[in-house]
Amino acid sequence: MLKTLRQIASVGIATERAPQADDSLRLQESLQAQIRAVLGRALCIRQIDAGSCNGCELEIHALNNPLYNIEGLGIRFVASPRHADLLLVTGPVSRHMEVALRRTYAATPDPKLVVAVGDCGCTGGIFGESYASCGRISNVIPVDVAIPGCPPSPTQILRGILAAISSNAGTGASGDRG
Amino acid sequence: MPLRSYFARSRVQPGAPGMHSLSVQPGEWRVAAEDLAAAGARLVTLWAQRDGRTPPTIHAAFLVEHDGLLLNLELRDPDAPYPGLDDLFVAAARLQRAIADLSGLRSSDPDTRPWLRHVAWPSSYRPLIDPPRPPTDRPLQPETYEFVRVDGEGVHEIPVGPVHAGTIEPGHFRFSVVGEKVLRLEERLGYVHKGIERRFTELSILDGHRLAARVSGDSAVAYSWAYCQALEGMTSTKIPPRAAWLRALCLELERCANHLGDLGALGNDAGFAFGLAQFSRLKEKLLRATQKALGARYLMDAIVPGGTAIDLSGPDDLIQCVRGIAAETATLRTVYDEHEGVRDRFNGAGAVVPELAARLGLTGLAGRASGQAYDLRVDQPCEPYGEFSVEKAGSREGDVAARVSVRFDELKESCRLIEHILAVLPPGPYVAPISAPRDEMLGIGLVEGWRGPVLVALEAGPAGTIRRCHPHDPSWQNWPVLEHAIIGNIVPDFPLINKSFNLSYSGHDL
Ligand code: SF4
Repeated sequence: MLKTLRQIASVGIATERAPQADDSLRLQESLQAQIRAVLGRALCIRQIDAGSCNGCELEIHALNNPLYNIEGLGIRFVASPRHADLLLVTGPVSRHMEVALRRTYAATPDPKLVVAVGDCGCTGGIFGESYASCGRISNVIPVDVAIPGCPPSPTQILRGILAAISSNAGTGASGDRG
Repeated sequence: MPLRSYFARSRVQPGAPGMHSLSVQPGEWRVAAEDLAAAGARLVTLWAQRDGRTPPTIHAAFLVEHDGLLLNLELRDPDAPYPGLDDLFVAAARLQRAIADLSGLRSSDPDTRPWLRHVAWPSSYRPLIDPPRPPTDRPLQPETYEFVRVDGEGVHEIPVGPVHAGTIEPGHFRFSVVGEKVLRLEERLGYVHKGIERRFTELSILDGHRLAARVSGDSAVAYSWAYCQALEGMTSTKIPPRAAWLRALCLELERCANHLGDLGALGNDAGFAFGLAQFSRLKEKLLRATQKALGARYLMDAIVPGGTAIDLSGPDDLIQCVRGIAAETATLRTVYDEHEGVRDRFNGAGAVVPELAARLGLTGLAGRASGQAYDLRVDQPCEPYGEFSVEKAGSREGDVAARVSVRFDELKESCRLIEHILAVLPPGPYVAPISAPRDEMLGIGLVEGWRGPVLVALEAGPAGTIRRCHPHDPSWQNWPVLEHAIIGNIVPDFPLINKSFNLSYSGHDL
């Protein structure tokens, strides 16, 4: 116990300031008004791996580390889509996950946001479209913000999430809604 | 027949050191496999080559002490089942089912259920042979998959997944339980199958390492190195010494990052959130130092044919970081060891005793925690590992505690190796010119990734194309063992036990 306390004391608070929202990542205006209302409480995120190589997941995990401390920003990862405001989706969508992804999307209450993570989520990445891959996320469900990178860094992911929920961006003109 | 008679007839296989290749007649295939099994050889992987030009061929790669042997069996009649190896090597069963799904070649195993194929394509379509299909706009109707049922009083089934509660890859687990106790677990994988083997054949051979790095993102260095090793073996390319050392640096950084991540997650799964906070902080430090020294947090594109894409810039921060991690990890290890709650959850959970591990073919890190003392960095070292005298980690307990302890030992050893590499990194160029290999050449790459041996079999096509590429993840060996490890444990311990193996879905599903 003493060692544990000593370790805690010697490390101190590791959390850094959150990065600014990068609104250039925003693909489209979405259900802003409702989500802004939602921001009165914690934003709840459900992560879905729809076929990724697991690289993007590693950086999503990193958001929970003490340096990014995403919970401190009022963002929580939840276990059920029914409790989620935002779906954070990775991968090219494998055909074997297509139905599960659609179902998860349908189970998420409106208003909802979808953030596609990684080059694969944005474009299908190196896997593309094939007998086994549906390609980018927006080929299967509507996407509000897509975050490029392979994998994108935690800061880039955070910027993308903030862009999705921030109140002063987007034009609603994107054609990405599938 | 003694194994040396097979090796005496074999020829040297380009690629990983110590690999040999032997083409066998149909009558000899089973005999050779039985001899190999009897001599304690380990099956690494099975794959098929069926491109319509040459007779279809089944390849099986084995490891024996300090050597590897590739058996090649040409099939005269592709419609007749070839003799399976599932009764000799547990991992063969699913590999054979995957071959049937992708290439339409059936083994003699009576279990003809699909493995990687769910709904994306009908059984009549052979993804590795038939012309690319335009994607259908509607998913096909799912076929029913027959799980093995456990009968008995009070037995009920708990289906879990494919979508799990946390940030985890998708897969399905079917538990048969009495009360909380697990009688049986059956896995159903293949959800993240995204056509990687087919995709390889559409890339240029000098570009395929990029896809190899993305087979399983946590093992990007291991896969891209194995791919390049196969390619360099075929073209007799000698990579510069600095490149080999930089690759080892990348591979050990990858091992450290994964072990740090797992040690934190395992503490957390044992109810000790402090562990997650500490180890995830250390991992983040390591990733940032990696980015500073090598240009990226995750080294997806660091290793390229002929060497590396990047050189080291300013090693000092990385040295400091790794020293700090080694010191802090030593402290945290005593914290874990002395924490009664953690000890209680780790000890005895998900145990796989050495005899069972040997019989089931448990490999890599989890194998070493169950008395299977194999590590390619020591047993079949490629450059520069021959110069490192890597200390093998190991335990015979085979429980979660043992897999944790092997991670601690390997983390320490990798920190030592990284410091050593940074101290004496040879000067000179870090990439050599390389050209595409001759059509029909085959190369085998074999690298000890953090999870275990990663193999890449690469066959060249004409004019710099890829005829066939089969990447193999050690998870193929270890997924079936997890089904055994959970028996007799309680369902709430599954996340902890599962995490202690931390197997890849993407690397397995391809
Ligand atoms: S974007 Fe890169 S890291 Fe993310 S799933 Fe695709 S290949 Fe993996």
